[in-house]
Amino acid sequence: MSDVEIKTLTMNFGPQHPAAHGVLRLVVEMDGEIVERCDPHIGLLHRGTEKLIEYKSYLQAVPYFDRLDYVSPMCQEHAFALGVEKLLGITAPERGQYIRVLFSEITRILNHLLNVTTFAMDTGALTPPLWGFEQRELLMEYYEQVSGSRMHAAYFRPGGVHQDLPDGMLDSMDGWIRQFIPFLKDIEKLLNDNRIFRQRTVDIGIVSAEQALDWGFSGPLIRASGIPWDLRKSQPYDVYDRMDFDIPLGKTGDCFARYLVRIEEMYQSVRIMEQCIVALRKVGGPVRVDDRKLSPPRRGEMKGSMEALIHHFKLYTEGYKVPAGETYTAVEAPKGEFGVYLVSDGTNKPYRCKIRAPGFPHLQALEMMTKGHQLADMSANIGSLDIVFGEIDR
Amino acid sequence: MDEPLKELGDHIVHATAGAVTGCDVRLGELMLECPPDRLLGLLTFLRDDPKCLFKQLIDICGVDWPEREKRFDVVYNLLSLKNNLRIRIKVATDEATPVPSAAPVYSAAGWFERETYDLYGVWFSDHPDLRRILTDYGFEGHPLRKDFPLTGFVELRWDDIQKRVVYEPVKLAQEFRRFDFLSPWEGGIERVLPGDEKASPPAPAKTGAN
Repeated sequence: MSDVEIKTLTMNFGPQHPAAHGVLRLVVEMDGEIVERCDPHIGLLHRGTEKLIEYKSYLQAVPYFDRLDYVSPMCQEHAFALGVEKLLGITAPERGQYIRVLFSEITRILNHLLNVTTFAMDTGALTPPLWGFEQRELLMEYYEQVSGSRMHAAYFRPGGVHQDLPDGMLDSMDGWIRQFIPFLKDIEKLLNDNRIFRQRTVDIGIVSAEQALDWGFSGPLIRASGIPWDLRKSQPYDVYDRMDFDIPLGKTGDCFARYLVRIEEMYQSVRIMEQCIVALRKVGGPVRVDDRKLSPPRRGEMKGSMEALIHHFKLYTEGYKVPAGETYTAVEAPKGEFGVYLVSDGTNKPYRCKIRAPGFPHLQALEMMTKGHQLADMSANIGSLDIVFGEIDR
Repeated sequence: MDEPLKELGDHIVHATAGAVTGCDVRLGELMLECPPDRLLGLLTFLRDDPKCLFKQLIDICGVDWPEREKRFDVVYNLLSLKNNLRIRIKVATDEATPVPSAAPVYSAAGWFERETYDLYGVWFSDHPDLRRILTDYGFEGHPLRKDFPLTGFVELRWDDIQKRVVYEPVKLAQEFRRFDFLSPWEGGIERVLPGDEKASPPAPAKTGAN
């Protein structure tokens, strides 16, 4: 009997699929149930952010960063603010830096809560997202209290943050932390030893340390592959060098290790939050650089002084000029290294603003991770990569 | 603080024998310039040399300078985890000259180069799969070039008679307004004020109010 040649089946996955985490279209070549090749088609959410930023002043560019990775908005503003501050040659005042670190960690918890719980949903569990979203809602209330907006905060500005914290917020955060630790333990109880969750994630999508470097991994993904690398420790920005926290490491580099790293990072973020709260009770002073060329006059001043009103108007229309130069500034965003490559030509608008999104190289590696796995493992891999299309498509 | 970076830059310049045409440290960041034909050798050296060990390719992006003869800069950002250092390499090119693909050195380069090709139209030779990545299927032009208008050239809408999406030339309800707040009083910027466009080129520079 002659050999029968079996043709592979080409299948389309997405762009609208609950396990695609947004608008991901995959063209998958299948040999039976085994993935032979997978070609992600991205760009369905491309909005031309980089082009738009070239037409906006530096301050007007801040809200675009919220809309990149819309589950971790403030960390991205942080990268942009630090980049502009570097070009301007200024540093934010101490209290502003503590507030930025505090809210960066709140953002990290927001992001990991969403990722861990929807990852559980991808593999068949429905309770974690229902529980996790309640906690996210509580955290987004803090966002709302400082910025007026639950998600698109535009709170971190070049030179500090927009406003000081409202009264009583730190006490309320203490209360939130007290109830969050038991909650996180509950989530771990639901998933860590869950037979279904383990069967879907352990030994799935293994990435070795070499591969992680070669494919440009960062953040929880590179740590899950066993490389101790965190920009908060190695290239600390703002007051991270004063914080005491640990970097969790994975040993196996599979989907389960990536889940465990994210869970442990949430405990560490809570530790950083606690230290920031203690520090913020002591450290007073301004939250934004006291330079009238960069930050607007106080609102009370504007009610009485015509010059202050004109000043405010000029800063919000013309903006400030940034000295010519270029910089690549990166922060440890919840998903990995989020960087901004800023080129200034000395005017009030960025000449070029390249956004380096961590999800972009991560998604590129999906084919490498998924080859030879079953189709169902692909959705586990996508869930563990923690991709959001706002930042990948830009 | 910049001294170790300068030393590293000198080391690279000496060790690669002519592959680096410019080396500079600005704002605490090391920058190298490199001609396209020597790029792969330089990247391999940077990845494997024990003093460098830039094992991670962080980013590749383009920058457009239309007034230059070689209008594009292709910018490579590398990261060394071992030495906790970053480095930036710039390769100047134009619309026709291809840059060798970095994919054989760093697997992560594939998509970054596709993106640079898509947005700027820079060619990468020997790239495994040089397709557009971010823009629409069938898109024409390279949107991040400085001469590409912000509004684009075509817009699409759902045509209820043809029962499909149709592309049409962009029709703006009002003229595209580019607010330019650069004050001619500050910083000696030589430029044409709004309303002066038709004045003869050697028009006397305006001073004072209006």
